[in-house]
Amino acid sequence: MIFDLVIYVLIGIGLFFNILAGIGLLRFPDVYTRLHAGTKCTTFGSIFLIGSVILLGLKMWWEKDTNGSVLALHSALALVAILLTNPVGAHAIARAAHRSGIKPAQAVIDELSEEPMNVTTDERRGGD
Amino acid sequence: MIDVYSTYLIVVIALSFCVILAIVRVLRGPTAPDRVVGVDTINTIVIVSMVAFGTAFREIIYIDVAIVYALLSFISTLFIAKYLQGGEF
Amino acid sequence: MKAFIVTTIVCMIIYLILTTGSGTEVLGLWSFIELAFGLLLSVLIGFIARSVFVKDSYRMLNPIRWFLFLGYLIGPFFLAITKANLDVAYRVITGKINPGIVRIHPDLKTDLGVTMLANSITLTPGTLSVDIDEDTNDLYVHWINVDKKALERKPVECKYICGNFPKWIRRIAE
Repeated sequence: MIFDLVIYVLIGIGLFFNILAGIGLLRFPDVYTRLHAGTKCTTFGSIFLIGSVILLGLKMWWEKDTNGSVLALHSALALVAILLTNPVGAHAIARAAHRSGIKPAQAVIDELSEEPMNVTTDERRGGD
Repeated sequence: MIDVYSTYLIVVIALSFCVILAIVRVLRGPTAPDRVVGVDTINTIVIVSMVAFGTAFREIIYIDVAIVYALLSFISTLFIAKYLQGGEF
Repeated sequence: MKAFIVTTIVCMIIYLILTTGSGTEVLGLWSFIELAFGLLLSVLIGFIARSVFVKDSYRMLNPIRWFLFLGYLIGPFFLAITKANLDVAYRVITGKINPGIVRIHPDLKTDLGVTMLANSITLTPGTLSVDIDEDTNDLYVHWINVDKKALERKPVECKYICGNFPKWIRRIAE
């Protein structure tokens, strides 16, 4: 009974963050902030949803069902694949967006565009 | 009374709601990278819903498909990004 | 030779995970034929891919580094991911953003360390790695809520962006 409750809580947290990712994709103003929502929230939600599947598999294994071990190990492998590939993909998209000339919206500072202009350090040293 | 396994069917329905939200972004996105962000998010959600489906029907083969789908979608995202940024391949 | 053995063992472990439940002869999880075929395939792949998988340093063979990595994942990294998602949830709901792209100088030397740091930065609060300077290993980071205090010194100090992650990663990967 308590075990079922734990699984329901994990599913709830995972679903909340996945839906939040969808809403964030719609609400944020430009590519970079959308990537924040689309990468972080789906990764975190996946950790909890697949974590609940792994717990369920371990419980099946405990009850002498060999399907349980397969379920737990393969889901863990899927989770590792998501954890490894998601940030790298986000980094690739962000770099491609910046190189194709998209500026961050409402930006306070953009040091990547003003690259050669790195005089502030020397100025401050002179001032001190 | 619903058991734990059929709860995962509800999870799949909720996840397809997220996919609809991301599809709206893919259709509306003003620039190409916006659409790629939407597709990337859809890929991750589809992987998770495949795992949930496999648990609901107790079919391990769906989870194997999810692993292969994760790796293939990663490669496709990298190639689209490479294409968008231009320059040499 | 060492590279060949390492690659074969890693391939074998992945094969074992993917074929659990194929039989009940070995430890109740694998069958003999499956194990023999897996060994054959891993030796073949280890021979082909030995120079791709291992790059002339065997630093990561040390088990202490593996345990440090696990501790890093469970402790500071998971805490940071949790904080990051609560932060993103707050920004999705209220819509308050103050973004910018800043340059940080983490002072890491190996490729593996920089990769780990960039991935950690992408998953931690309010930051997303955008580009890398290949010569100096500087990272350009998109920051969703720029702190005015951090901009006084350039390049921006790491502690505002990623806490003490560079220290952990230096211990794990260098």
